[in-house]
Amino acid sequence: MDAGLEVSNLSYNYGSKKALDDITFSALSGKFTALLGPNGAGKTTLYHLLTRIMKLQAGHIRIFGNDLKKSPLSAMASMGIVFQQQTLDLDLTIRQNLKYFAALHGLPADDLEDKITEGLKSLDIAERGEEKVRSLNGGHRRRAEIARALLHNPRILLLDEPTVGLDVPSRKAIVDYVHMLCREQQLTVLWATHLVDEVMQEDNLIILHQGKVRAQGNVSTLSEEHNCETVDDLFRKLVMSGEKA
Amino acid sequence: MTSIDDNLSRQSVLAVYFRCLKGVVWREGLRFFQQRGRLIAALVRPLVWLLIFAAGFRATLGLSIIPPYETYVLYDVYIVPGLVGMIQMFNGMQSSLSLVYDREMGSMKVLMTSPLPRWYLLTCKLLAGCFVSLLQVYTFLLVAYLFGIELPLLGYLAVLPVLLVTGLMLGAVGMLLSTFVKQLENFAGVMNFVIFPAFFLSSALYPLWKMKESSELLYWLCTFNPFTYAVEFLRFSLYLKFSLLATGWTFFCLALFLSAAIWAYDPKRGLGGVGRG
Repeated sequence: MDAGLEVSNLSYNYGSKKALDDITFSALSGKFTALLGPNGAGKTTLYHLLTRIMKLQAGHIRIFGNDLKKSPLSAMASMGIVFQQQTLDLDLTIRQNLKYFAALHGLPADDLEDKITEGLKSLDIAERGEEKVRSLNGGHRRRAEIARALLHNPRILLLDEPTVGLDVPSRKAIVDYVHMLCREQQLTVLWATHLVDEVMQEDNLIILHQGKVRAQGNVSTLSEEHNCETVDDLFRKLVMSGEKA
Repeated sequence: MTSIDDNLSRQSVLAVYFRCLKGVVWREGLRFFQQRGRLIAALVRPLVWLLIFAAGFRATLGLSIIPPYETYVLYDVYIVPGLVGMIQMFNGMQSSLSLVYDREMGSMKVLMTSPLPRWYLLTCKLLAGCFVSLLQVYTFLLVAYLFGIELPLLGYLAVLPVLLVTGLMLGAVGMLLSTFVKQLENFAGVMNFVIFPAFFLSSALYPLWKMKESSELLYWLCTFNPFTYAVEFLRFSLYLKFSLLATGWTFFCLALFLSAAIWAYDPKRGLGGVGRG
């Protein structure tokens, strides 16, 4: 299977502090890859590098073969992003936020309204479309951000701890929806989280700890290799003990 | 799923760029009209100067005939271009304040992760702020006209492209400043250190020869102030005249500040508000 995202020998330092230390991994095309790591593991730094918010210091990133450094525009065009921090304009409605995003991606206005309605419907927030973001709860805001990230039909969706601060039903709904996108629409997903219950057995897993990749592979295979019954056990074993795969 | 790459190759590149500009201007316009107080504040400030300050000074301040004027003008007529510049400068700072806000609220990331080039996105942002300042300026000129301050009719038209240049230049200064300001709360201080010195050390309120009579040093500072040249560029165009010095300096400053602002927003240096992972 092809890699939708390839990261090789990526390092990043904040002054003398190493945030990412020579990490190499890939996210398979059409698959859900969970990037699991405790707080401070380097997940957000990695997302800022993947999305060109910060500049690469060392290493390479390829999105469907497009090098982020050499062909940034093609790489960025195929990417949908949900940041950890909420990024909607609070004083605009959901629809206005989505229209603004569409304009930033140069999408034509022809069937935009229909596309927005369709996207909001699939996340069960169509009736909230005309409400200002400020009046929405965290769960609805997150869904709106996911609908926005999918508006331009990206090939890869990058989500940085998208369920932080949400209640259990909202978390589950979002986790299930993104898994469904992988299964039914072959969307490539990189999902950063520190919550083990968001990772499913069929997912691919990358464990990031203290700026290093501790393990990567299919959840079932990794569990078998490390004699662990659950993702939680695997995570504890690799992160708490500092054992390398 | 079809990729946007395919869409981009099918669509005219120009159309994609234009849609982006339209979207950024539309958002800025929406935000402006939602903040009703902003238009009122933008008008009250120069009108206080025009209708109160200028009325008081009209009797005490004598102006000799200086270009672009061909005759003696009243003080309130003299300060109109300076007040137009003031509207644009405040608007430029307000836009940069919103950049700091966008950065703190995260919406700057949405702009910066568009597939279009960063320099273009930032220029769109500046143009959007500039269009908002045009609305403010023409409303101000209309109110001034109703109070009897008439300028050459064609001057209202001739000043339009100049307003775009001066608005972009002053917006670029604001954008550059916003890259140095890490928190919204610090911005008020920056405004005080930039707006007031720039306004008072310029030809907005008094011709430079008057300043020279009082202080050679202050006069010298005024001649280095980009705002002086923006005001003179506006003044000359309002009277359908051309000043090579004012035009040249304004374009030079626009190129300088715009390049510096784009450089400062380059991911090489990160976006000031971005936190660690």
